Amino acid sequence: MRSGRLYRVGFAIAALLGFVSLARAAQAPNPAADQRAFQAYFRSRFPTVKLADFGNGPYAVNALMRKQWEEIMAFPPYDFALDAGKAAFAKPFANGRGYADCFPNKGIGIRQTFPYFDTKTGEVVTLDLAINRCRIANGEKPLPYQVGLMAAITAYMAETSRGKAFDIKIPDDPRALAAYEDGKRFFYARRGQLNFSCASCHVQAAGQRLRGDILAPALGILAAFPIYRSDWGSMGTIDRRFTSCNAQVRSVPFAPQDKTYRDLEYFLSYMSNGVPITGPGARP
Amino acid sequence: MPSTIRVRAVAGDDSTEVQALIQHPMDSGFVKGHDGKLIPPHYIEVLTFKHDGKVVFTAFWGPAVSRDPYIKFSFKGGKKDDDLGVSWIDNLGKSDSSVAKIMG
Repeated sequence: MRSGRLYRVGFAIAALLGFVSLARAAQAPNPAADQRAFQAYFRSRFPTVKLADFGNGPYAVNALMRKQWEEIMAFPPYDFALDAGKAAFAKPFANGRGYADCFPNKGIGIRQTFPYFDTKTGEVVTLDLAINRCRIANGEKPLPYQVGLMAAITAYMAETSRGKAFDIKIPDDPRALAAYEDGKRFFYARRGQLNFSCASCHVQAAGQRLRGDILAPALGILAAFPIYRSDWGSMGTIDRRFTSCNAQVRSVPFAPQDKTYRDLEYFLSYMSNGVPITGPGARP
Repeated sequence: MPSTIRVRAVAGDDSTEVQALIQHPMDSGFVKGHDGKLIPPHYIEVLTFKHDGKVVFTAFWGPAVSRDPYIKFSFKGGKKDDDLGVSWIDNLGKSDSSVAKIMG
C-alpha cells in the first residue's frame, strides 16, 4: 500500500518533469517558425499587399498616401544625400584605400546581407558599424551615427542594392541565436512611460493612424532605410529611427549601435527575409 | 560639387509646367543651434527661370521659406528640347545655376 502510493507520487513527478521538458522544447528558439508566423500575420492582415511591396511601408497599406508619395517621388527628397553619399563612397581615404576595399563585391549590391552575425567576434554587425570599422581600420575617424554622411553613404549603398531581397542568415552558433532572441525580446517588450512595445504600434496597430501618421507594418520596415523624413527635414539612419521611437514612448534611448539595437535590427531584418531593399526611402 | 538644383519641365499644348527642388539650408536667422547661439541668416533671395533668353519666372524669397524649397509653376510657351535656365542667389552672395531640357 505504502509502496503503491510512493509509486503513484513518483509517477506524478515523472509526468510533471516530462511536461516541463516538453514545454521547454516548445519554447526553444525557432527563428524559422517565428519568421513564418510573422510574415503570415502581415499577409493575412493585408491580404492584397504583395510581400515585395512591404518594403514601401505605409504606402503599401494606404492608397491615399501612396498617391502623394508617387508625386513626391518625381523629386525624391533623398536625392541630394544620394549624390553626397556616392561621392563620399568613391573618395579614397588618406591611405589610398576606400570603402569598396572593406566590403565584398566592392560594396555594391550588398545592403540586403546586413546585419550579419560575425561568428569570429560573436556579435551582430550592421552596415553602419561596418562602415565605421572600415574607416577606423584605415586610420580615419568614425562618422557620427544617425545623420549626415553616415546616412548619405548608407543611402548610396542601399540604392545599389534595390530590388534585392533581405537575405539574413542565423548561423549555427548559440551566440547568434542568443542575439536573435535578445532582439525579439526587445521588440515585444513594453517600455517607457507610455508602456508601448515596438510591436504595439508596428504589429498590433500596423496600418492604423497614430495622429497624423500611418504606422508602417514591421514586416519590411527596415528595407527603406536610411530615410528622408519630412518631419525631420533631413536624412536619418536606422539608429535615428530606433532612438527617436524609444524617446517617443518616453523611455531612455540606448546609444546608437548599442548591442540591443543591433540585435533588434538583426531580428527585424531576419523577419523581413524575402522583402526587397527599397532604400533610401522618403517618409512623411 | 554636385548641383543644388533639380528641375523637371514638361511642355504641354500651350504652356510648360515646371517643377524644381533646390538644396539650401534657408536659415532664417531666428533659430538657435546646439551651442545656444543664433544660426546666422542664410537664405535664397532671388530665384530666376529663363527660357529663350527671357525671364519667365522670378521669385523673391526670404527667411520664411523652408529648407530645401520646392517650387512649381507654368508659363506660356516652351516646347520639347528647349533649354530652361535656373539660377539662384542668396544673401551671402553665393549662387548656383543649371540648365535643363524641357521634356515633351
